[in-house]
Amino acid sequence: MSTVILLLITGLGLGALYFLVASGLSLIYGLMGVLNFAHGSFLTLAAFLGWETARALGADSWGSLVAALAVGAASGALVAAGTEFLLIRRLYDRHIEQVLVTVGLALATVALFDGIWGTDPQFIRGPAWLAETTEVLGARIPNNRFLLIAVAVLVLVAIMVFLRFTRYGLVIRAGVENRSMVTALGIDVRRAFTLVFAIGGAAAGIGGVLASHYFGYVSPQLGGSLLIFAFIVTVIGGLGSLPGAAVASVVVAVLQQFANFYLGGSGDLVVVLLLAVVLLVRPRGLFGRVA
Amino acid sequence: MSVIRSLWARGAVRWALAGVLVAFAAVLPLLNLVVPGVLPGATYTPGTLQILALALIFAALALSYHVLFGVTGLLSFGHALYFAIGAYGLGIILERTGLDLLPAVGLTLVVAIVLAALFGAVSLRVSGISFAMVTLAFAQAGSVLIRRNPDVTGGEEGLGLETEHIPDWLVGVVDTRNLYWLALGVIVLVFLVVRWFERSRAGHVAAAVRENELRVRVLGLPPFSVKLLAFVIGSVLAAITGMLYLLLQSGATPRAVSADFTLTILVIVVLGGVGSRWGAVIGGVVYTLLDQRLTALAGSEWIDDLPAVLRIPLSEPLFILGTLFILVVLFLPGGIVGLAARLGRRRTPTSAGDARDRLEETT
Repeated sequence: MSTVILLLITGLGLGALYFLVASGLSLIYGLMGVLNFAHGSFLTLAAFLGWETARALGADSWGSLVAALAVGAASGALVAAGTEFLLIRRLYDRHIEQVLVTVGLALATVALFDGIWGTDPQFIRGPAWLAETTEVLGARIPNNRFLLIAVAVLVLVAIMVFLRFTRYGLVIRAGVENRSMVTALGIDVRRAFTLVFAIGGAAAGIGGVLASHYFGYVSPQLGGSLLIFAFIVTVIGGLGSLPGAAVASVVVAVLQQFANFYLGGSGDLVVVLLLAVVLLVRPRGLFGRVA
Repeated sequence: MSVIRSLWARGAVRWALAGVLVAFAAVLPLLNLVVPGVLPGATYTPGTLQILALALIFAALALSYHVLFGVTGLLSFGHALYFAIGAYGLGIILERTGLDLLPAVGLTLVVAIVLAALFGAVSLRVSGISFAMVTLAFAQAGSVLIRRNPDVTGGEEGLGLETEHIPDWLVGVVDTRNLYWLALGVIVLVFLVVRWFERSRAGHVAAAVRENELRVRVLGLPPFSVKLLAFVIGSVLAAITGMLYLLLQSGATPRAVSADFTLTILVIVVLGGVGSRWGAVIGGVVYTLLDQRLTALAGSEWIDDLPAVLRIPLSEPLFILGTLFILVVLFLPGGIVGLAARLGRRRTPTSAGDARDRLEETT
């Protein structure tokens, strides 16, 4: 029983991480039809900057963790918005080329991180509490899982509230529904593009700082390895659907944990198998609309 | 001039030019050509021939991707998987079964055809961006399998080539030129197969699917089976180049199945010019030589004296290539071939606008 609880909560923690990456991917795809390959780089950059911040402030205090998260979110948002403004916008409505630009950006930035911080993982420390465990129904759960879950839920709620109750949220939701109609009504939908990139980048940035605590290190490959699972999550959840991304993140991560434990480390393969099954049974994903 | 032009139109001049080019490439190992700054040494030396053979392999691989992306408009992010199936498949079969090279190659081909048909059939259930992500996921699964089973695949260390059943003329540093000629033969073969496919009835339907799939369906033609055919042809050609890669490099590493490797193929095709066979070939050769030169640049002495702001980006070949790629996508949508056409006498109407549209049709 305690093993099941441990796997479940660890799975939820990993799912939280997937969601932080996938939420931005899904929003961006939903509004602009862009598959953002550079999303992993936003995450990696935020993780490195968060690590540098925490190191400068003394890594063991809660204050430095909060500062790291803030720096991560801000840098993620800034870089993402910059990417949209400088690169993506120039290729308006040319989806394949937009994807290619983000591919080039991902390749170039990972190489740049290699050059700046080295290819080896940098092991990190955080507040002492994060490294300890808490007993839940007999299972000893690492505390950072709780932090991950709490932050991911907060981010989900914040994005939902933003989309539902603000004017910009309304524009974004309308844009996902029918972009040309929004433009025809005289609303500059391009501002919403930058905004969506910033939100996705901020979520990925927070995810980056938390991922470094989850794995215990930062490396230039951090974002790329998470990005692939985030892609799978967005396809399973249905491209462009935020609740879909949330549900699929949890399903994928929990399944991965259980398969890793009970089926001899085959978690990654089981996830790909799940993707194949979902595509065969329901090609538009769990929550996706008919294209 | 008009004679030349009419001959050009009939393809005679193009055939002659291609023949001269292949003949020139074939005699390179016998010549003592030195191209400073491009090749590391004279063309007869094994080191240079190794790089030239690698360039031909990348060109052939780009051609195989051209069948998917350039002709049929399938943006696959898992093409490296089939390259790896060729390389690892042949390596494992040679090591485990004790078959001779030719039967082993045949067996690998069968494996590649079966796997490509199977994975292709599943991933072609979806199209566009979803297809890209699904192929990426399959390639990732392959990458995990290769890394996690070190007793079969050599894991992170890579798989060495078992030379016992390989003919002597393909083993050893002095025989690099034989491998080079083999690579030249393979790329000619791949080029002809791709050309044949593009001009076949199925190829025309594939191009029509790229332009407008709905319309193909309305005309009563089957888009799925044509896409699957293109997928299998492209994947099997990639597997053939993978086998050649195994022979040339005397082994295979997990990098061959990584997502980065697929992105590299994509970079090559876009760099050369999407939708053009010669673009893929030129892109492959230019990319390999550039990669080689940039790596040499990163290790050179004068770069150590530069301030960190310049030194760090310049010592990362992938950073320069990635930036170059972004610039090509932004400002040079037709790639190298598109640029050549623009600078040339505009003999063909392939202007940048066309190339851009061509790229976009693949959505």
